[in-house]
Amino acid sequence: MESWLLSGSQYRLLLEASGTTLQILAYAFLLGIVLSLVVGIARLSERAWVRGLALVFVEFARGISSIILLFIVAIAIPILFGAEQAPLILLSAIALGINMGGYGAEIIRGGIQAVPKGQTEASISLNLGPAQRLRHVVLPQALTIILPPMGNLTIEILKGTALVSLVGMTDIMQMARNIRQQQLADAVGTQPVLFLNVLVLYFILAQVINLLFKVAEAWLAKRYEGGPALTGTELEAIR
Amino acid sequence: MSTVTHEEKTPDMEEIHPHRRWYRRPSVVVPVVLVVIGYSILVSPLVREQNFFRPEVAADGGVTFDWNFFVHLFPLMLQGLVVTVKATLIGFLLAIVLGFFLALGRRSKRRLLSWPVTAVIEFIRSTPLLVQLFFWQALVRASEGITLEPITILALGLGIHYATYCSEAYRAGINSVDKGQWEAATALNLGPVTSWTRVAIPQAVPNVLPALGNYLIAGFKDAPMGVAVNAHGLLFFADQVRNDTFRATEPYLIAGVGFLLVSLPAAWLVRRLEKRISYERV
Amino acid sequence: MSVSETTTARDISSKGAAGVRMRGVTKAFGQNVVLRDLDLEVAPGEKVVVIGPSGSGKTTILRTTMTLERIDAGTIEVGGRHLYHESVNGKLRPAREKHIREVRSDIGMVFQHFNLFPHMTALENIMLAPMKVHGKSRQEAQALGVELLDKVGLAHAVNQTPGQLSGGQKQRVAIARSLACEPKVMLFDEVTSALDPELVGEVLNVLRDIAEEGRTTMMLVTHEMGFAREMADRVLMFDGGQIIESGPPAEVLGSPQHERTKAFLGAVKSH
Repeated sequence: MESWLLSGSQYRLLLEASGTTLQILAYAFLLGIVLSLVVGIARLSERAWVRGLALVFVEFARGISSIILLFIVAIAIPILFGAEQAPLILLSAIALGINMGGYGAEIIRGGIQAVPKGQTEASISLNLGPAQRLRHVVLPQALTIILPPMGNLTIEILKGTALVSLVGMTDIMQMARNIRQQQLADAVGTQPVLFLNVLVLYFILAQVINLLFKVAEAWLAKRYEGGPALTGTELEAIR
Repeated sequence: MSTVTHEEKTPDMEEIHPHRRWYRRPSVVVPVVLVVIGYSILVSPLVREQNFFRPEVAADGGVTFDWNFFVHLFPLMLQGLVVTVKATLIGFLLAIVLGFFLALGRRSKRRLLSWPVTAVIEFIRSTPLLVQLFFWQALVRASEGITLEPITILALGLGIHYATYCSEAYRAGINSVDKGQWEAATALNLGPVTSWTRVAIPQAVPNVLPALGNYLIAGFKDAPMGVAVNAHGLLFFADQVRNDTFRATEPYLIAGVGFLLVSLPAAWLVRRLEKRISYERV
Repeated sequence: MSVSETTTARDISSKGAAGVRMRGVTKAFGQNVVLRDLDLEVAPGEKVVVIGPSGSGKTTILRTTMTLERIDAGTIEVGGRHLYHESVNGKLRPAREKHIREVRSDIGMVFQHFNLFPHMTALENIMLAPMKVHGKSRQEAQALGVELLDKVGLAHAVNQTPGQLSGGQKQRVAIARSLACEPKVMLFDEVTSALDPELVGEVLNVLRDIAEEGRTTMMLVTHEMGFAREMADRVLMFDGGQIIESGPPAEVLGSPQHERTKAFLGAVKSH
């Protein structure tokens, strides 16, 4: 009888491997967010050379395929610089992070540009400095526009983590291939079912990410109603 | 007409062909034709002989970057590139057609149809293409009597994956048609077929086309994954060279170069198309 | 052909207010010259109303003074200090941002469309600059914010966000926000133009209060002729990038000399 499920030990292996997947995702996400912010803001700089440099980065990171970038960063560059002992997990995360940074920078730029110009003008009239304008006025408002596409991008990066199996990391994808080898050797189990289960596992992870971003959006919407309100007694004390 | 400055020229030309549709404008047609010609030149001389990736040039024994070797890999890289482009184009053709039916299914008023279609779209969209490729490969192997070339599996996987993206693009395009347009069609007593073909679709296409162009490029960027199912594409070539010569730097870097050679001009063309269309619509 | 600016010999003994002096200011957007070699002098504590047809660039006078638009030529002084220039070895050089920011701290502006920060409460809107720019503590900023909201008659709106306020209330919060920086020159850019007619009065009342206190110089661009007549020390008619007529409201609005002023006032009245 054919079963749609895998054995318990196989599930355990896949779950262990998903730790690696999530670790790479976390590192790539952190790097990606930092790059997105820096490059996205640089794209709107007053200095032409900063804008140009940022544009080159964006074009490169979006133009090159994440899989090729991964091979270059994780295999070619360590050999070239004789750093073959560099931790593969970091190199993989760097490749995926650069990829995310390219797309994320455009999301951030779009979000910032969507904030009405009057907001910046008002903060200039209050004599806030450029960094303060960004930090207190523009970015908080841009965030509501930025979050939904950022969520989609994060799911794209989760999908991208499957590629690290091709450079020799044991993530979910690679573990699935290992299990397949075992299945072939033992002549048990069906491969379509194996990969279908792996797909479901990725789908669940994607839905968790989706949920996290939805929660963040809801939290932000609440923040949008202003900070902590002053109670009547506090007000009396001030008066 | 007297000589005009550059700024005055554009409106003048607009006035000569005020009602020319966006897809008949030379500025749209020319890039599209160029892309088609360019891709056909790339695709037509598809080499079918086996082992064509084995390089005849050997690198010197050193570890440093060998420019000579790098340059000599170029023709080999082009062969891999052609395969990758071909798989992308076939896959994308599938995606465009299949995506249309998915979009129709999702829009259906029958929940028995629209809900499963929605679920399938979401499922395929949020799982890795690489795993999907392995799934299709396993499915083909498991089924009796069906054998598919690796490149066909790659095209199939790409096509199904990007069909879900295309369906979303279609949906967004149709939703972007103003509600008043449908009401006007009803007020003019147009039938559903006429409303769709004469009112909705012509307005939706300019919104959909740039998105489709972007997905074509994205699909091209994912196509090197075919290496996992042994499709003889861009990365397969690099892997092959690496196995034969034990040199990894040059083949992967040149694969990256070949990649940008196609993806950057394509992205530029799509952006031009985007600008041109949004300009026409103003 | 600008009318030479002779400051009215009115004794203005306002403490803290700063004068504004524009010399040969030119500003163009592409081919469109908005300010044409403009000379303008506003005495400390003076209340000047600028009138003129829409699109004439009268708003640009305020926006260049607030550094929202940079000038192409000329100089602007605020409180005796050059805004866009620094004196290096006795020579004027284009100023660095730091200098501009320092001089700018004397200037405040209220906008036609309020430009309140939608993600902050009324109180937080007011507290932001005192805390981040003037280094006040949260308690001090809160006390100042509540005091100013009381002053503009919005004691009840402390915890409300801009989305919950009417246009007139929003504009009063915006005025309070600007006052929190204790500007020596305040610029009001058509502050009642975006309001429903029944809400104009409450904003004008707040402006009147500020004028009576006399702590700041006020430059207003407005279409409220009655209000201009009542509170302005001087009315400027602006057209074609220059000031074409200037004087006490009774003169400029009552018996205008220039043809274009007459035409403009006729058009405004017939509304």
